[in-house]
Parts: sequence; C-alpha cells; structure tokens
Amino acid sequence: MVPDATFTSYYERPIVKAAPWTHDIPAYLFLGGLAAGSSLLAAGAAATDRPALARTSRLGALAGISLSLVALVHDLGRPSRFANMLRVAKPTSPMSVGTWLLMAYGPMAGLAGAAELSAALPPVRDSLPGKMLGAVSTPAGVLAAGLAPAVAAYTAVLLADTSTPSWRAAYRELPFVFVGSAAAAAGGLAMIGAPVAEAGPARRMAVGGALLELAMEHQMEQSMGITAEPLHAGQAGRVMRASKVFTIAGAVGAGLLGRRNRIAAAVSGAALLAGSAGTRFGIFEAGQASARDPKYTVVPQRERLTYTEETSVTPGEGV
Amino acid sequence: MSDVATQAGWVDPPPRKGFFTDTSVCIGCKACEVACKEWNGVPADGLDLLGSSYDNTGALGASTWRHVAFIEQPGQGPADFRWLMSSDVCKHCTEAACLDVCPTGSLFRTEFGTVVVQDDICNGCGYCVPACPYGVIDRRIDDTSTDGATKNVGIAQKCTLCYDRLGDGLTPACAKACPTESIQFGDIDELRERARSRRAALHADGVAEARLYGDDPDDGVGGAGAMFLLLDEPEVYGLPPDPVVPTRELPLMWRRAGLAALTLLAGAVAAFAGGSR
Repeated sequence: MVPDATFTSYYERPIVKAAPWTHDIPAYLFLGGLAAGSSLLAAGAAATDRPALARTSRLGALAGISLSLVALVHDLGRPSRFANMLRVAKPTSPMSVGTWLLMAYGPMAGLAGAAELSAALPPVRDSLPGKMLGAVSTPAGVLAAGLAPAVAAYTAVLLADTSTPSWRAAYRELPFVFVGSAAAAAGGLAMIGAPVAEAGPARRMAVGGALLELAMEHQMEQSMGITAEPLHAGQAGRVMRASKVFTIAGAVGAGLLGRRNRIAAAVSGAALLAGSAGTRFGIFEAGQASARDPKYTVVPQRERLTYTEETSVTPGEGV
Repeated sequence: MSDVATQAGWVDPPPRKGFFTDTSVCIGCKACEVACKEWNGVPADGLDLLGSSYDNTGALGASTWRHVAFIEQPGQGPADFRWLMSSDVCKHCTEAACLDVCPTGSLFRTEFGTVVVQDDICNGCGYCVPACPYGVIDRRIDDTSTDGATKNVGIAQKCTLCYDRLGDGLTPACAKACPTESIQFGDIDELRERARSRRAALHADGVAEARLYGDDPDDGVGGAGAMFLLLDEPEVYGLPPDPVVPTRELPLMWRRAGLAALTLLAGAVAAFAGGSR
C-alpha cells in the first residue's frame, strides 16, 4: 500500500530534536573509519613484509584517530569535562561503549604510528625510547587491528540508537555501509602513500569496501521506507550523489589502473577518500533533516499503529 | 514486578511520582510555564511572536520545561470552533532513552522514579537530545540577551519534576500554580486510575474523542511518568503518535554491528590472502 502522504503536525514544528552536533561528528565518522581500516592494513602489511604500506597505514591511523579525538572533544558542550565520559561504562550507551573502545584502540594505534615517526628520525630511532617504541610497535599494531573492526562498526549504532528517523530506520544496513566506507577510505589512503608494488591488498580492500558500501547503501534505502527520502533531498541528497560518483570512480580506477600507474592509483585513492567522507556527511545530514520534518516521525508511527490495529486479534479498549 | 526506582538500585523508594495533565480543563493561562521558570531559575529563551495562536513559546527545550500548546480548530464543536490547549512536559519514561544513552551517568533515575540531569556531571555530549522520542531534552545555548549570565550553558537540561521540591514533600511548581487542576501531581498508580475514570466520565458525557496518552505500561516507553488526557490525535499537539524508546532495538543493532565488524576483518584478511602483490 502506498503510504498516506497526509499527516497532522503542530504548526509543522519538529517532534523529535535534531542532534546538536556540528560537522565534527561526520568528520569523526570518516576519520575514525579511516583510522580503523588503516590499522587493519598496517597489521597485514607488517605481517607480509610490506614496509611502505605499513608506514603509510600506521601514519594514517595515527592522524585519523588523533583528529577524531580533537573533533569529538571539540563537539562537546563542555569540552573541559571530557573526562566525565570515563566515570562509567554503560552498555546501553553506544557513546560510552565507543569511548572505551577508543580508549583502548587510540593508544595502540598511536604507539604503532609513533614508531613509524621515530623510525623516520635516526637520532630518535636509535635512542632508548625510540628502540622501545620500535619493540612495541608490532604488538601494538596487532592489538589496534584487533580493535579496529569494532571502531569502524560501532559508529553506525551510535547514530541508529536515536529517535532520528533516518538513522534509526537504517540500523540493519548502516554498520555494513560504515565498515565498507572505512575499508574504501583506508585502501584509498594507502594507494596514495604506498608504491603500487606493495599496495595490492590496499587496492583489494578499497574495491571490496566500495562494493560493500554501495550495495548495502542501496539495500538500506530499500528498507527504510519513507525515511529514505532525506537521503535524496537537498544538501544531503547532493552529497550522497557526489559520494557515489567518487566511490564508483575510485573503485573502477583502483581495479583497472591501480596496479600499473602510481598517479592513477593516487587519484583513485583520493576519489575513494572523498566518496567515504561524502557518505558520512550525507547520512549525517539526511538524519538531521529527517528530525527537523515531523513527517518522518509521524508517518512511520501512524503506519505502525494502523498495521497493529489491522492485525490485532483482541482490539484494545478505545484509545 | 519491581518498581522502576528499585530497578535503578534504590532501597525502599517512595511511590513513583508523576503528572497527569488533563488537557480538557486547561485554559491556556501559562501559569505552569511561569512557575517552572521562576522556581527552577530557567533562563529566558527569546521573546518571539511565532504566529501560532497564543503559543509564543514554541516547544519544550533546554530553557522551556513546560510548554502550553494552542490549537485552533474551526468547524469543530458546538460553537463551530474549538480551541485545544495542552501543557506539555518531560514524560519521565519508564524506559528512558536519554538516561540509557547518557555516557557520563549525568542523567539518573531518582528515588521518585523520575529522570534528572546532574548539572555538574553533564559534559554536553548532546546524545540524549536525538535519543528522546518526544524531543524534550536539549543542550542549552548561550542566550546573548542575558550578557553571558546564563547558567548551565552547553549542557543538557529538562524538567526535573522539581526534584528539590519533591525531596521536601512539596508539589512541583507547575502543578502547584495550575488554577484548574489541569496539571495533577501524585503517585503514578493513583494518577493512572484518576486518568481512566476521567476518560470514562468524559465518554459518558459524550466527549468520545477523549483519550489517554502515556498511561499504558505496555507502550513503547514502558509507560510514561507524565500522562495526558487529549481531545485529538497526539500529533495534533506535537506529540509522537507511537513513540518507542530506541534502546529497545539496541541488542539487534549491536548484533548487526558485530556482523559488520566481522565482515571487515574477514575482508582485510582476504585482501592480504588473495591475489599476488
């Protein structure tokens, strides 16, 4: 049945409130995913003797997670109270779970990245702290890679566990979109920073991630009903369309030209990074738009009530 | 079945407290809005003419903890015109999304079964704001008209059901100020009975459209601590028709995220295992 487009509202005012978050949050979604994917690539590169790929990915993870933390703290209403996040550990709060994940992942990714920085500076590398850093970099990198998939996936739950219509309705597919986006971004960054001879796994991860992201995003829109509309409208719609173009172009470039030409690989990698960022910003903005329009709160709830009444065996007393 | 305060760890808590707002006797005086602001020291949040009947408050928010809605309905009722008025407030849900998602523990369940922000703990992460299915709680922004004297800027704020007054055995300011007893305060169980008999009385008087909102412990938030008697559909008043706490689906969400994380890990392994270099 075609959903009834008419609905009632109170002077067309929103019912739920849009998150009071700035672009710090989609930037974090992108950078955190980039860091997580890069940690996976770095650990694989270290294990398979691909030093340039390991260096690029470890530095990418370090930069990604550092900027993530800056964005997250900056977005707080009271940044000086950041540490209050550490008062409790609450499984009912995806943000609390994420905080603790980042507390574990961040230092590991940081150690592995710092070891690469120190290795680039021989006086530091040969000092005692430099040697210690070199010794812990491999286990730290492995631990970072072990935590990375959770870091990449939990942000989807962070958005979905809200009353923001277009985030919540996407909860089934959103984690897959986000991990795909993370893999595409990390693969893209490695294609820029590592020579083509070492970047084979990065290319495969980039193409695989892009395909996963595109396929699951399509499926997500099919399952969201009316709340998929904001993904196509206005600013969010433009960003989502551009993001798809970048992701497809980057994946095609990575698959066809990535192994032959360093320039083509770097351009493809940049396109994949842009596509991944666009996905995060587009989904973020679509959710905010869905919260501001009471239609996306009222219509799905009305449909649910109608469905419940139609299928109810024992109708409740008059509402 | 144990009480919501007991579940939160309180030993021998007092009976759960809440509101029953009977909108059929609301006269739109906004004494509740004023009393709330006065007692709780809630700062000004702009002086606008919104062009929505007598409602120039707009919506619940960080600095509006009671909001009186005005709906003009031409062509209805014996006078061919009907005016609906309703004082909205935080629902103090049995299953409270804001409380569930708060990462600092600032939001907590009081011994009265209500949900309150601890101002000195909240770091303004803002997660409770999109979590609330009613759009009640918000992060307070600095109102430039008060020269930076606004308190609690940057943190989440909402109705406390006058936690300080409850502790002294007093009635919350809004209910105390209400001249028509549209806002009634008391033990939740008793209020629910009162709400149901009021609905029955109105039905007997021929007001067939009278309905209760938030009184059902089996609803999407496990029953609200603030229930309403409405004379039209909830969305007419700016209320969601069938709110469900998002955390109900959280176990499913974690499962999907776990599958996605495993997919990423397997993909990374395959990227290194597959192909040559």
